[in-house]
This record gives sequence, C-alpha cells and structure tokens, in this order.
Amino acid sequence: MNIFRNVWKDKLAFLSMSVVAAIVIVGLFAPVFAPHDPNEANMELRFASASWEYWLGNDHLGRCILSRIIYGIRPSVLWVFVALAASAAIGAAVGFLAGYFRGRTDAVLMRICDVMLSFPGYVMSLAVVGILGAGLDNILIAFVLMKWAWFARVIRTSVMQYAEADYVRFSRAIGTGHIAIMAKHVVPVSLPDIAVASSSAFGSMILQISGFSFLGLGIQAPHAEWGMMLNEAREVMFSRPGLMLAPGLAIVIVVSAVNFLSDALQTALDPKLMKSGKKRQEQAAAASARLEGREVA
Amino acid sequence: MGGYIVRRSLLSIPLLLVISFLTFALSHLSPLDPAEAVLQAQGVPRITEELIAATKAELGMDRPFLVRYADWLVSSLKLDFGSSYVTGKPVWSLLGPAFANTLKLTLISVVAIIVMSIALGVLCALREGKWTDKSVRGVSFLLTAMPSYWLAALLIWYFSVKLDWLPTSGMDSYLSYVLPVIVLTINYAGIYFRVVRSSMLSQLNEDYVLYGRACGLPERNITMRLLRNSMQVAVSVFGMAIPILLGSTVVVENVFAWPGLGTLTVNAILGRDFPIIQAYVLILAAAFVLFNTVSDVINAALNPKLRKEL
Repeated sequence: MNIFRNVWKDKLAFLSMSVVAAIVIVGLFAPVFAPHDPNEANMELRFASASWEYWLGNDHLGRCILSRIIYGIRPSVLWVFVALAASAAIGAAVGFLAGYFRGRTDAVLMRICDVMLSFPGYVMSLAVVGILGAGLDNILIAFVLMKWAWFARVIRTSVMQYAEADYVRFSRAIGTGHIAIMAKHVVPVSLPDIAVASSSAFGSMILQISGFSFLGLGIQAPHAEWGMMLNEAREVMFSRPGLMLAPGLAIVIVVSAVNFLSDALQTALDPKLMKSGKKRQEQAAAASARLEGREVA
Repeated sequence: MGGYIVRRSLLSIPLLLVISFLTFALSHLSPLDPAEAVLQAQGVPRITEELIAATKAELGMDRPFLVRYADWLVSSLKLDFGSSYVTGKPVWSLLGPAFANTLKLTLISVVAIIVMSIALGVLCALREGKWTDKSVRGVSFLLTAMPSYWLAALLIWYFSVKLDWLPTSGMDSYLSYVLPVIVLTINYAGIYFRVVRSSMLSQLNEDYVLYGRACGLPERNITMRLLRNSMQVAVSVFGMAIPILLGSTVVVENVFAWPGLGTLTVNAILGRDFPIIQAYVLILAAAFVLFNTVSDVINAALNPKLRKEL
C-alpha cells in the first residue's frame, strides 16, 4: 500500500497516471467516445479545419481526425502494451528459472540471451518484419522476439539477489518445494523490479512501433494508427503542416506520461533513491546506466 | 592485456556464426517461397509452377539448406551477397555506398551526441537539484518523448520551409547534415546525458572528493578527476552508441531521404527483396559484435579487474 501512497503523493505522477488511465479507457471503449466512424471518407470535407462537428478537423480523405486518434489508441498503445506484457512474461519465466536454479540452467539460458542481445534489436525487428511482411501483427511478433531476452537479463539479476536471501535458504532447509518457494518468496519480491523494467521499456516501445508504422511497415490502410496518420500527413507536409500536430502530440503526451509514471514508480519502489538522491550507491547507478543504455537499442 | 584481446576476439567468432546462421534461416521463415518472391519482385505477371521450378534451379535454391548456407557464408565473407531480386544488380554495389553514407551520418552524430551528453551530464551533476539541472532534465524529458520522425518533420517545416535556411532532404552539401544530426543528437543525448549525470553523482560522494576538498585542491581539478572516474560507465554505453545508431537511423534517413542503409532497407522490405535484407542484417550484426568487443577491450584497458574475468 505504501507504494500507492508514494505515487499518490507525487502530483505529477498522479497526473500522468490519470492521463494513462484515461487513454486506456478511451481506447478500450473507442466506439463510445469517437464522434464519427474513423474510416468514413467525406471528400467535401477534405482538409477542413476544426469545427464543432469535427473537433480536430478532417484529413486528406475528409475523415474525422479526432475519431481516428481515438481509434488509433488501440494499435498505438494497447497492442503495444500486449506485446510488452508478452515479452515481459517470457522474460520473467526465463529470468526466474535462470536466477533461481543457477548452475547449468542459468548458463544455458543466459547464453541464449547473450546471442539474442548481441543482435541489434531494432535491426532484427526490421528484418523479421521484412521477411514476414508488413503488418501490425508481424511488428508485434518481431518486438516480442527481440525484447524477451532483455527482460530475462534484468529479471534474473533481480531474482538472484533474493534467491540467496536467508529466508529462502531457511525455506529450502525445512523442505519447502521449489515451486512453493518461488511463488511465496521470490516472485512477489521481484514483481516491483519487473514493473520498473517494463514501464521503462514501454515508452520507447511505443515510439519504435509507431516509427515502423510511419515507415509504412505497420498497420495497413484504412485503419487508423498514430504513426500511420503522421505518414499520411507527411505527404502534404508543405501545404498543410497542421495535420502533423494532433497525432504527434498524442504520441508525445502518452510517452511522457508513461515515462513519468515509470520514473515515479522507480522512486516509489526504491527507498534508497527516495530518501536522499545523494546517497546512491555506485552499483545502483551503474545498473541504471546499463538499463538506460539498453533501452535505446 | 594482449591475451585478453585474443580471448575476447575468439569469443565473438562463434557468436558471428550463430548470427549468420539465424540471418540465413530467417528468410526461410517467410510465408513466401523465395523463388516466388523473386518472380514477384521482378514483376512477372503470371507465376506458374514451372516458372517457380525453373527459377529455383537457376538460383540454386533446389539444393539442400545447409549447402546453400555454407555457400552463402563463404561468398558473404567476400562481400558477395548475391544480386537484388528487384533490380538484378549485385547487392554490395547497392549496399556499399549506402553503408558509407549511413556511416558518415552516424559518426558525425555520435561525436555530437558524446560532446552534448558529457557537457550536459557534467553541468547537471555539478548543479544537482538547482534550476539548471531541473530545466535541462525537464526539456530533455519532453524531447525524448517525441517520435524522431515527428521532430524531424517539425524542424524541416520550420528551418527548411519557413526560413529556407537548410535543405529539406537529400545529401547534397554539408548543410544537409545539419538537421539529421540535430534530430539524432536530441534523441540520444537526451538519454545518454542521464548516464553521465548519474555516474558523476555517484562519484561525488566518494572519499577522494572529500579528501581533495579538505586538502584545498581547486574545484576544477576535482571535477577533472570526477570526470575521469565516471567515464568508465559512460565508455561502455558510448561504445555501443555507434552500432546502435547505425541500426536505428532508419526512420530519420527515411524522413530526410538520406541515401543510406535505412532508406535502402525499407524499400527492400516493401519490395520483398530478401538478399538485401539478409546482407543488411548480417553487416549490422557483425558491426554490433565488433563494437561490443572493442568496447569490452577498452573497458578492460581502463579497469584491470575486468581482464581476469575472461
């Protein structure tokens, strides 16, 4: 409960939490919130500016931009979250096995991760999309394939700290089974680390996947997606630069809210960071540096 | 030290082999038959079974998988990646110049990124919690939340269209570098300067800083020492910046119509030109492994403790 209280205390974190929650709700119930059909073309309204009927105006086919932004939440944010959850789940499973059992299991699993991480992630996602063909589903598959190894690494490191704790050793000594120990003593304490790792990856993943759509490799027309909308707006960038505004701002707002939340979560979960920003241990700084460095990849 | 370099380099050979195998195998995961892809890419109107079989025989695709892999690997080492399905030109004749163009952009950007990150990181660390620190972090927070292609479009719109100072796209003069480099720098320096800042901050609490101050060393000397010690974390991060950037300029290149690897590859993906995609992945993965090795070696040179690990 302490975690929630701390996040609550931080007003900016609270604000970003509400922004994220609102976007998720609007995205889930897009048909309720969208004033028009996102794919309904209306050539008379080509490039119309904002009006009471169409709050954000209309695009090159006269489609309602607001409705397209609202429907675009689904592929741009919600599906990205699904891909993130999938890769975090695979990574967590591998990380738990490797970090808890150590020894040969650890060695084999970590060598596999090493190979995966020695690939430039972005390039490989591009290649997978190239081979499987363009489309949102293929992009999401590519990202899950590339991201799980990173999660496995981070989670293994976190599990290893707890797997050697005295209470775990005690449980083992009195004959508690491995599964029971994991479920009771290891998984719950490393959940915060998983949350921090996934939330820090979420923002960059939204950006990267929208970038793929921007390149025309993602969702196919006529479906709305923010990166795609920007791609369409680019065609008329010189004559109607205003069209780039709404989808771009939508991405900026979501990503900054997610990043803020991730930072707040990290502070709330790490008492060391919270009490005094100054007394950070070298290891923690190095670890976070590595984490941040990888995030870009 | 020499032994370490040899051991570390040997370690990367099996890795490269695994990578090359995965790259080659990848094209067999495609739902599309490669021979069919060739015909489609060449725009053959009616694709018949016989035509597919003939193409297969012509390109040697009817041989066993491992034989073809060995063949491909050997010729790849000679930079012969076959020929493009679409244009029929040798892949390297397309990829080589594009790689050079991307490398130019990357190297200039990496220099800008490192300079900016260190400058901002040191500035923020020395003014921790003060106005400068807060505003730099706030602005960078907002800038890193922007999609790079959007930022690029905004800059093009303002500097190239409205003010007409810089070219909108292409790679014609040194002025063409300005906008792409700015976009890449903003994107990456916004992340890397935090690494420099936090490693500086962790050093600030070390005893040698206190001791130096107690001895009355000028603050500038202390800062230089701090910088040197906090570079260790930064070196490993910066070492990877070149290959990471090489692989992720795709979007920025696309916006600025930069005649580089990214533009070439996206077109290859849209045209299902597998040989180009394969060669692209192989080259970048090799660059990745190479730079990883180099940055490990540099780290080992800076920190003797690491040499014993291998």
